[in-house]
Amino acid sequence: MIVRLRNPSRELTLDGPMSVARLMNRLELNRESVLIVRNDTLVPGDAVLADSDVVEVRPVISGGAR
Amino acid sequence: MKCRVCRGEAVIDLRRHNANFCTEHFLRFCRDQVQRAVEEFEMYSAGDRVLVAVSGGKDSLALWDMLLEAGMNADGFYVGLGIGDYSDTSGDHARAFARDRGATLIEIDLPADYGYDIPTGARAARRVPCSACGLSKRHLFDHAAVEGGYDVLATGHNLDDEAAVLFGNVLHWHTEYLGRQLPVLPARAGFPKKVKPLVRLGERETAAYCILRGIDYLVDECPMAAGNKHLGYKDALNQIELNIPGAKADFYFGFLRKAAAHFATSDDPGAGLVPCERCGAPCGGGVCSFCRLLDRVGGHQPDPREQVRPEPVELRVRARRAR
Repeated sequence: MIVRLRNPSRELTLDGPMSVARLMNRLELNRESVLIVRNDTLVPGDAVLADSDVVEVRPVISGGAR
Repeated sequence: MKCRVCRGEAVIDLRRHNANFCTEHFLRFCRDQVQRAVEEFEMYSAGDRVLVAVSGGKDSLALWDMLLEAGMNADGFYVGLGIGDYSDTSGDHARAFARDRGATLIEIDLPADYGYDIPTGARAARRVPCSACGLSKRHLFDHAAVEGGYDVLATGHNLDDEAAVLFGNVLHWHTEYLGRQLPVLPARAGFPKKVKPLVRLGERETAAYCILRGIDYLVDECPMAAGNKHLGYKDALNQIELNIPGAKADFYFGFLRKAAAHFATSDDPGAGLVPCERCGAPCGGGVCSFCRLLDRVGGHQPDPREQVRPEPVELRVRARRAR
């Protein structure tokens, strides 16, 4: 699967199948800080990502001193 | 995972609610949380005119969307901060949102209207960029809401924002701020009523709301915010939340229920405020902080003849759903 990350923008190729939770562990991501979007669709933590999927790891944290 | 409501396929899991939701029921959950906050804290009523502070990011666009969907008379207010491509792109997102919904977006451009941008303003005032930005936006939001005769100014502060600010204020015992860290600040002496309808939603939830609603928001973070304390506090709280789901909500709402009143001052909140000698905004005396910033940066008050305001577009008011 192709995994797209931001800050900085980069792309990884990983083997599937792999659950969303396992992907986040592997990338050392806090599940409170990101959403996983597969082929433009939001997916929950137990979804299984296939080898052919394109996955976006979308950060959700924002803000200066507002 | 199955949706808690309909047992359909879930698209998101919310650990602090011990719940999973499909698209339809997650969107309903978000609207219900906002409605609950609006009612609990008496933020606004159905006929009120609301000015929404819009950045082009997920929180402000989600808020504006929910207000319009609820049939509220809600205009947007956007400030161009002059932060290079970031500001250009954020403005594009705000304008596209307004155009697609036939909503009114009022715009101010700091470089064009006031003669400075945030990077320059921060250097000249020897403030960190987020401080110069916050000072500028607060002044302009307040001014726009009062001048425009709006009943309320709504901002997209979410649960994570409020918990992080509270965390910082407690960490440093800024007790003078704790008494005012509330979801609603009443109108006073030239300031508009200010409300934060998203306080019951985390930013993972507002981001998910935008994705599921097809709202095209600016995902990238402001380049000037990188490494600031606020983001550090959020990171620390998210580490705690990972192990203790619901910790952020308990921290913030526990503070509101059990502690905020202890820090409230009994003084009249408008006491001691006088109009700024330059711009007329309420301040502690003499010249307000915003006008002092203008002095330091060599900026100016806007020339009304040069300000461009978009033609107001009639809102397409949709039927309000019973909730």
